[in-house]
Amino acid sequence: MLIRSSPRLRQETNREPRTGRNPLSQYLFVLIVIACAVVVFFGARAIGNDYVFFAGYTVLQYVVLATAWNILGGYTGYVNFGSAAFFAMGAYATVFFHKLFPLPIPVLIVIGAIVSGLVGFGMGYLTLRLRGAFFAIATLALAVVLQTFVVNWDYVGGSRGAYIIRPSENVLTGPYIQYLFLLMLALVVLGLVCARGIERSQLGCGFAAIRDDELAAEACGVPTLRLKLIATTVSGALMGMAGAPFPYYIGYLQPSSAFGLEYAVNSIAMPMIGGTTSWVGPLIGAILLGSLQQIATVTISSAVNLLIVGLLLVGFVIIAPNGIVGLVQDRLRGKDK
Amino acid sequence: MDLSFDLLVNAVIAGVLLGGFYAAVTIGVSISFGILDIVNIAHPAFIILGSYIAYILNSSFGIDPIIISIIMLPAFYLLGAGVYQIYYQAFERYGQESLRGLSFFFGLLFVTEVLLILVFGVDYRYVEASYIGPSWHFGVMDFPLRMLVPCLTALAMFGVLQLFLSRTFIGRAITAVAQDQLALRLMAASPMRIKRIAFGISIATTAVAGALLIIIQPVEPSVGREYIGRVFAICVLGGLGSLPGTVIAAMLLGVIESFTSTFYGPSWAPAVAFGVLLLTLAFRPSGLLGR
Repeated sequence: MLIRSSPRLRQETNREPRTGRNPLSQYLFVLIVIACAVVVFFGARAIGNDYVFFAGYTVLQYVVLATAWNILGGYTGYVNFGSAAFFAMGAYATVFFHKLFPLPIPVLIVIGAIVSGLVGFGMGYLTLRLRGAFFAIATLALAVVLQTFVVNWDYVGGSRGAYIIRPSENVLTGPYIQYLFLLMLALVVLGLVCARGIERSQLGCGFAAIRDDELAAEACGVPTLRLKLIATTVSGALMGMAGAPFPYYIGYLQPSSAFGLEYAVNSIAMPMIGGTTSWVGPLIGAILLGSLQQIATVTISSAVNLLIVGLLLVGFVIIAPNGIVGLVQDRLRGKDK
Repeated sequence: MDLSFDLLVNAVIAGVLLGGFYAAVTIGVSISFGILDIVNIAHPAFIILGSYIAYILNSSFGIDPIIISIIMLPAFYLLGAGVYQIYYQAFERYGQESLRGLSFFFGLLFVTEVLLILVFGVDYRYVEASYIGPSWHFGVMDFPLRMLVPCLTALAMFGVLQLFLSRTFIGRAITAVAQDQLALRLMAASPMRIKRIAFGISIATTAVAGALLIIIQPVEPSVGREYIGRVFAICVLGGLGSLPGTVIAAMLLGVIESFTSTFYGPSWAPAVAFGVLLLTLAFRPSGLLGR
């Protein structure tokens, strides 16, 4: 991995990132992603069954979480075990404002992004100056502590949980679940564009430099702490966004469901299985694993499906370190020779 | 808030006893994370595994949990050595331990928990032993044996490990692995073999810690998660790789948690460890007795 990424390192020092050569590609990419999203939305409508939207929402939510996790974990190599905490922060920000003053969901998504982004920034500021392991441990502990706070905070329902009654109709799309689905689809577009943009920019080169050799990057003048803080903030904010519409989706939010370990596991397992070095990996991983889980939950049981995710994670990490994308790349490279 | 002297004294005693138990839980991480630099976040999962083995043998044969844990030591040692072998072959050899190694342990943690849930369900399990229940009283001081026995066992384990690390060749080689692997190779000791032994010992301590855990409180598969923050907070607070530091930090955290639950309510106790961890990382990352 060190050898493959060193050209990127050189690009960073030459100040010649890839986007400089082809600025159109980013706009084209945005258009393509939006077109795909539109196709997905109308395709789902054409099936004409609300369950498709309920199941699809969960898969899309995982796409956002996995992409967000990968911006920090895949690009800079810092492991975040607290995805559930960032997700839940977004969800509980919504519950809080729902009780205080009803706001439209897009505004709540922005609020969720700000709250989780700030938490990400604070966590990063306290722990990222030390070794990477400390950050990982701190994120693990963060989930437990934030859950403790929420359990003790009666205003947002405490350990009893909070009810959110969602309207049954929406002017834009008809059934409300379709509206939520559409919002999540928009977040997926945002997440993917963000991830690809970062990957191809100078920022992404800096991230890759940190991942490959932080000391060397620092010595080359890469502002490592600032870049890492940007990564934690962006990643946290995206996770918060994914969580913000969740109370409306589930209708009844309790701490153990918002802070569920499955979010943390899935948002690590999906990029790991898909491949962590590019934006495609988390997308593939999330769609595959997310759909598999939806099917397994219905046909087998939810405990077994979590076991499958755990075993896949361990298996892929040991056997295929670069995920599905890595396997495909190896295959293609093998053909070239 | 009624701050009576009795309450204060007993909060301190309860905290110290709890801290002794925390030391038993943390001492393995102190070896794996502190000395070997292996961030084994699956440590609590092994502890819960130890608890369930203690529960099974206790409920079917009526053996004392602590004796069970001593019988299980070799099995857990082998388990640890096996896990290290996989970890070394798949990650450490390639310098991939940060991202993939961590994910590997996280996956292990998760798989163990889900497997235990599938086999035993989420009911709370407990053991029976003669010392669970009675307490000793000295004036206003209460010593519940349920806490005292684990604390003393933990201190005994700490003593044995400390002697082992400072007096035997292998023990000193384990401390040396943390400092200079090349020098160790020149002394004709394979760092990988030494690390395997050390990791085996680290997992072996979870057999004891698990038995102590199920003596102190009823156990269900997800209890382990609460201990992740605590374990690493103690480890960092004590100073990485320092066993005496670990014991002192464990007692300190025990007392702070005991005060929090006595004066603010037990539901706040899990947040304490995190606060301690963050404060330590922010102000003294090398810990109390750090190298």
